[in-house]
Amino acid sequence: MEIVFYGAAVVAVISTVMVITRLNAIHALLYLIVSLLSVALVFYSLGAPFIAALEVIIYAGAIMVLFIFVIMMLNLGPQTVLQESQWLQPGTWVGPAILAFVLLAELFYVLAAGVTMPGGEPVLGQPQDVGLALFGPYLLGVELAAMLLLAGMVGAYHLGRREGIGADSAQYQESARQRVRQMEYGVEGGEWDVGSSMQRVGSRE
Amino acid sequence: MLALLWLIPTLPLAGFLILALAGARLPRPVIAGVGVGSVGLAALVTVLVGAGFISAPPAGEAYTQILWTWLDVGGFRPQIAFYLDPLALVMILVVTFVGFLIHLYSTEYMIDDPGYSRFFAAMNLFVASMLVLVLADNLLLLYLGWEGVGLCSYLLIGFWYTEPANVRAARKAFIVTRVGDTAMAIGLFLLFASLGTLQIQEMMEAASEQWAVGSAPAIAAAALLLGGAVGKSGQLPLQTWLPDAMAGPTPVSALIHAATMVTAGVYLIARTYIIFSLAPTVLTIVAVIGAVTLLMAGFSALVQTDIKRTLAYSTISQIGYMFLALGVGAWTAAIFHFMTHAFFKALLFLAAGVVILALHHEQDMFKMGGLRRQLPVTFWSFLLGAASLAALPLVTAGFYSKDFILYEVFISEGSLWLWLAGIVGAIITAIYAFRMVFLTFFGEANHHLDHRPGLPMKLPLVVLAVLSIIGGFVELPATLGGLHLFSDFMEGAFGPPAETTGPAIRTELLLQIASVIAALGGVYIAYLFYRQRPALAGQLANSTLGRPLHRLWFIGWGFDWLYDRLFVRPYYGLAQANKDDLIDLLPRGIARLNQALYYGLSRTQTGNIRLYALAIALGAVITIGLVVLL
Amino acid sequence: MAGIPVEHGLFLAGILFGLGLIGVLVRRNVIFMLLSIEVMLNAAGLAFIVAGAQWGQVDGQVMFVFILAVAAAEVAVGLAMVLQLYSRFKTLDSDAASQLRG
Repeated sequence: MEIVFYGAAVVAVISTVMVITRLNAIHALLYLIVSLLSVALVFYSLGAPFIAALEVIIYAGAIMVLFIFVIMMLNLGPQTVLQESQWLQPGTWVGPAILAFVLLAELFYVLAAGVTMPGGEPVLGQPQDVGLALFGPYLLGVELAAMLLLAGMVGAYHLGRREGIGADSAQYQESARQRVRQMEYGVEGGEWDVGSSMQRVGSRE
Repeated sequence: MLALLWLIPTLPLAGFLILALAGARLPRPVIAGVGVGSVGLAALVTVLVGAGFISAPPAGEAYTQILWTWLDVGGFRPQIAFYLDPLALVMILVVTFVGFLIHLYSTEYMIDDPGYSRFFAAMNLFVASMLVLVLADNLLLLYLGWEGVGLCSYLLIGFWYTEPANVRAARKAFIVTRVGDTAMAIGLFLLFASLGTLQIQEMMEAASEQWAVGSAPAIAAAALLLGGAVGKSGQLPLQTWLPDAMAGPTPVSALIHAATMVTAGVYLIARTYIIFSLAPTVLTIVAVIGAVTLLMAGFSALVQTDIKRTLAYSTISQIGYMFLALGVGAWTAAIFHFMTHAFFKALLFLAAGVVILALHHEQDMFKMGGLRRQLPVTFWSFLLGAASLAALPLVTAGFYSKDFILYEVFISEGSLWLWLAGIVGAIITAIYAFRMVFLTFFGEANHHLDHRPGLPMKLPLVVLAVLSIIGGFVELPATLGGLHLFSDFMEGAFGPPAETTGPAIRTELLLQIASVIAALGGVYIAYLFYRQRPALAGQLANSTLGRPLHRLWFIGWGFDWLYDRLFVRPYYGLAQANKDDLIDLLPRGIARLNQALYYGLSRTQTGNIRLYALAIALGAVITIGLVVLL
Repeated sequence: MAGIPVEHGLFLAGILFGLGLIGVLVRRNVIFMLLSIEVMLNAAGLAFIVAGAQWGQVDGQVMFVFILAVAAAEVAVGLAMVLQLYSRFKTLDSDAASQLRG
């Protein structure tokens, strides 16, 4: 089982490195999905198959897909890749790399100095056990998580709205037409500049 | 009668309060009435008190009136108490009477001045402080009066404060006398620490019991008190303020810098004479200071062009005579000369004031002349004053007092040089006194008179002129009848004079003839140089030896130059170097640190999300590091 | 299944967390910043699972479920805000949204 663990660990690290260094968002996302899958494998090797399944289904399956949808909706185009390459100068990596390295060193120090207990027999955590624990001692947490998800949902809906525009309003249809024009002719958003959208903000309040 | 003693300083003080608080709203005649009236009433009360004192002398020739206890701190109990003995009586008679005359004179002199009430308020405060000084029972109260007269001197010298030169002169006077005052204060500390009391009579008794003659504490205390006296009286080395103090109005010069304040030093030494007697070294120093000062100031007076500066140097010189007398232990002679000097010097200043006012504030003697016929009363009174100053024989008060001093100096155990200095000084005094007369009143009369003196100005002149003549007749030397009214009276203060086998009458007569020759010779020289052959003076001044001497004497022997180089400039340099005030660095530094932190921290609020994330990460790493390590 | 040392697991979690941290600090594009945050959350969850496996209890997995819920909510709200940002500033540069500077 250790082979699985270490192999998945290596894959996870490499793919995470790729995630943070890619210029294209979709590429990064795909690498992230790989990383999540390998972490799921790590979970399995640690005796948590239910969690491994959850990781794949929810994290890689739902959240990452949400990301992909949003990126596709933004419709960024090739100039963003150019932008990213301009932003990612080698010099910018130095500081954060040092910081993360220091953090890692601290962790290493703690782990090296700490009492090492031999890894016992990994217990296979069956889904029933997790469910029993969730609706037993951790019931309050479940309720709070539910409320959190509700809040998230409401917030996402609210924040995702364009100001005062319904899906069938004339303004929305006009802006949709503009986007099509943009795609076809590569024209910069004409009236859709920051200034007018600022005015719309004012009108909403 | 004697119980009225407390009124004497209180009346001018009340006058000051009225004028200071309400003076601006009162009409001129009322201001004059309050100002002159308070001093006049004080003079009246003084006469009454004096009459009571002389007719029925209290026990021990001294009367003390205790008003209340000032402080009571750790065994130190100075009181507000007035002490009247012959010395004090003479002083207050002179101060109030001459003060009254000068106040009367000022009502006309200052009539056009917008600061009329301020003037009289300050003058009244001055008279009150001087009376407190003279009547003080203990040295602390004396010091109060001392500081009070210093303050009023500052206020009155810089009376016309819109002119920067006047302000500088006032500051200079205050600062230079402050040097002396500090020495005096340290002397007071020393006296209290050693003797346990500042009450003058007690202190002197304790000193004579505890201190041997010539012992260190006596010398120290006497030297420090001398420091104070030297500052106030304008003697070497603190005499530089007096000539510049002529920037004030002429009545101020008359009252403060001729008759009263500058004699406070003389009074101090006379009052604490036992302390000084216990320190013969210091007494010698006093005599030497007196002698040297009278010569130096005399020479300086000889070459001045400004009439008031001449009189200022003359004052310094005459106080030098008083110091000389004190230095040889002739307390009575010094006080006698103080009295006559007050009369004739005040007279000279007031008459000079008439001339100055008449010639529209012209003070250069070489631009005057021939005023003899235009201002007759002024001329005659000035002449009598100058005669008294020059100590013309037999008819002037100055003769008797100066002769008394010279006699005492001669027969004392001091060196002959002191007497010689006195005689040479007498010659020079006569020269410059009559130089003033000839330059101002003789010669061509071609001036238009701005202002003719009225009664308030002429009356004091006449009264003082009379006093300058008859004031000396209370003390006649043995050669002329031996009338010792004054010295007998002063025995009450100083004890009987030491019985010395005085020299024969013939020696005294020879001495007197010497001083007569000196005085008359000086008058003749002045006549020679300034009437008969005026060009001669110019030739002498321009000769190879004459010119540097003339220059040296004119600038007061270079003391101003010396002090400027020695003290003023280094001090200014230090102040300039400390412009940013090192000591202030701490509070300013804290403020600056705060500001720097503020600016620094406010710059971290960039709104840049990545920066915030970086900061969070950094903080987390550091905190975890701390937890891990500690 | 032999035991895998806890330190290794935690170390892996630490490495992933550090990489995520680097990503947040370096990238200017908000999408990438959100991705990196996801990486960090994931690493935290891994740490919990490792700890749970260490003690042989199921609590670690329960914690991971909660973390998952939090991550989901956070992604939803975050992406909505990304959309707002884009519509306001016409760019995904996080430096553009710096109007709160002092």
